[in-house]
Amino acid sequence: MQNFAAEFNSALALILEGDSELWAIVLLSLQVSVFAVLISAVIGMPIGAALAVARFPGRRMMIVLMNALMGFPPVVVGLLVYLMLSRSGPLGILELLYTPTAMIIAQVVLVTPIIAALTRQVIEMLAEEYSEQLRSLGVSRLASVPVLLWDARLALITALLAGFGRAIAEVGAVIIVGGNINHVTRVMTTTIALETSKGNLALALALGAILIGIAVAVNAIVSALSLRAEQEGLRHA
Amino acid sequence: MRDLVSDMTNCLRARDLQVRSNGKALLDVHDLTLDGPGPTLILGPNGAGKSLLLRCLHGLISPDRGQVVQDGTPLNAYHKARQAMVFQRPVLLRRSVAANLDFVLKRQNMSRTGRKDRIVELLTEGGLEDKSRQSARSLSGGEAQRLAILRALALNPETLFLDEPTSALDPSATQMIERMVLRASSRGVRIVMVTHDIGQARRLAADVVMMQGGHVVEHGPAKQVLDVPGSEASRRYLAGGLVT
Amino acid sequence: MFRGIIRAALITLGLTAGSAWAEEPFIVVQSTTSTQNSGLLDYILPWFEAESGIDVRVVAVGTGQAIRNAINGDGDVLLVHAKTDEEQFVADGWGVERKDLMYNDFVLVGPKSDPAQIKGGSDILTALTAVAAADAPFVSRGDDSGTHKAEMGHWVATDIDPTQDSGSWYRETGSGMGATLNVASGMDAYTLTDRATWLSFGNKLNLEILVEGDPRLFNQYGVILVNPEKHPGVRANAGQRFIDWLTGPDGQAAIESFKLDDQQVFFPNAN
Repeated sequence: MQNFAAEFNSALALILEGDSELWAIVLLSLQVSVFAVLISAVIGMPIGAALAVARFPGRRMMIVLMNALMGFPPVVVGLLVYLMLSRSGPLGILELLYTPTAMIIAQVVLVTPIIAALTRQVIEMLAEEYSEQLRSLGVSRLASVPVLLWDARLALITALLAGFGRAIAEVGAVIIVGGNINHVTRVMTTTIALETSKGNLALALALGAILIGIAVAVNAIVSALSLRAEQEGLRHA
Repeated sequence: MRDLVSDMTNCLRARDLQVRSNGKALLDVHDLTLDGPGPTLILGPNGAGKSLLLRCLHGLISPDRGQVVQDGTPLNAYHKARQAMVFQRPVLLRRSVAANLDFVLKRQNMSRTGRKDRIVELLTEGGLEDKSRQSARSLSGGEAQRLAILRALALNPETLFLDEPTSALDPSATQMIERMVLRASSRGVRIVMVTHDIGQARRLAADVVMMQGGHVVEHGPAKQVLDVPGSEASRRYLAGGLVT
Repeated sequence: MFRGIIRAALITLGLTAGSAWAEEPFIVVQSTTSTQNSGLLDYILPWFEAESGIDVRVVAVGTGQAIRNAINGDGDVLLVHAKTDEEQFVADGWGVERKDLMYNDFVLVGPKSDPAQIKGGSDILTALTAVAAADAPFVSRGDDSGTHKAEMGHWVATDIDPTQDSGSWYRETGSGMGATLNVASGMDAYTLTDRATWLSFGNKLNLEILVEGDPRLFNQYGVILVNPEKHPGVRANAGQRFIDWLTGPDGQAAIESFKLDDQQVFFPNAN
């Protein structure tokens, strides 16, 4: 075990000292996941807000479906996206399989339900508080959506970061649609999987430590933001 | 000719108004006409239907029966745009004090400089001129309610509804609010305000509406209703109110 | 039309494979974990890439999955080690032509304590029979990979059906070679592995080679161009160029020069 600790330390040192190949992998991970989360936000936030504000038949059903999609197994998502993007699939002509775009698509499928569901919760709570006041000011239901989205911005950033956490830590889907191709689609999680299968457990763990570092940084931002939001709420009450 | 006269007088009328829930009438107002010049204060015990009446008059709730009539025509969007309401708990947007006012002014398509001047004017009116850039959510209870009133006034309303705006405030904060309400009234804004505070009714009201169990039990000049109540319900409420 | 619009939009965003992410022409090779985990491909590909300007993108999965992916058209070249399946792949029209590329061998590894007493043997059937008789833990890939197919072939030859004992002494991981070796080293079990993956594996713990040298442990790799008539998107020219290089003198020499622990691990035999 002592041997392992030494191996882990040297692996970590190697990474932190600036192995450019490794940093390229970290960068690609961030690029893919940030892109995926931004696209998910553009899709998921209006859906979530619409479900929070609008009343239409089937709304309850959609909310149930969305909440269920939050727990969709990544491997299944990966498989579905693979079947879509495969050359023998309907979107095969786009030649997107085994590209970062394919990984972004898979992560968007995984993250959009999370962002939509969290947005709905946040906006529904805020809408309850605002609804009479906004109507009194003559703001229509539709026009209230941007107001609510803007005023819920802190909570929504938390939702974005939650989605980012899921995206960056995900391996099952991206390894299927990305193919873990060196210099092209190899990200942190697939590298960890690869090094583990090579039996390089210390290196895999060191990479895991960096991934945890990113996760901690993300969570620190989340908690700082929600603390700020909470303080404003407390002072108000 | 008739329209012209009623426009000038701002006549708000509830006719045969009923709001029901589970077969029970929560509000049942046969005929109430508000056309006097001074503030109208609505008094009554909890559950009397005061807030419900206010929301019907403002068009936030559609009655199950009857209608609200403004100047001879059923309440419509044109009328609603000339009304404003302040709630018991001020609902402020999660933005700066100035941005809360700007939100309303922008919707009136005012120019940038026009809005800026108007914001300064309003903040001075409410004694919040040094809080302009502060987050609205960080204001004290009294300040927040003043901002809510300023935001309502930014709409240039002909009628201002207030639903127990001072129920959670200390006497000095209450006094500031009352002054703002009286100033607005003296500028010709019709004030319709719900309160639990009989002292407040005495200080502000030109006429008083007494409610109980969803009904209007009495409506008349403040002095008459408060000093010589004409109904048993009013007498009991005022007696109890005086004790507390 | 619709696809054209999507494509244009994606290219504008700089997101398709052919644009901002990578400028150079490339091919996708569906291959096995053994060629990648051993480091062979990382070692030889730079030569080809420098000479041809073609970027080789390797998707390393089990042979079974690699063949299925190739049938779906998701690769230009197939480089695997299950000769019968490869020939079937070509016979069914999915591949253009199969060529021998190189070989190495399988070895039976197991714990130093060796409860089945098979160490030093060179007959894989005897060894497997002894493992089964001793109810000694044996870990199988169980994933339809080339190694798994080879292992199953040996069991058939011994007339033992280990899958009847699946879950007791016979454990199927359903994972790659590396993951399966991790399981074997974790539970002191026997397993069949290709020599290249074994030599490069970093978590051997108590495991060592117990049986090797049986001619039946021969492990032939083949290379096939995916049929562009089945999938028009296949980059046939670049793919063929890669196959020609691999099976030509330069590629064969590169394979021969790859060493792990000073041992040659893959033996070129493309003729």
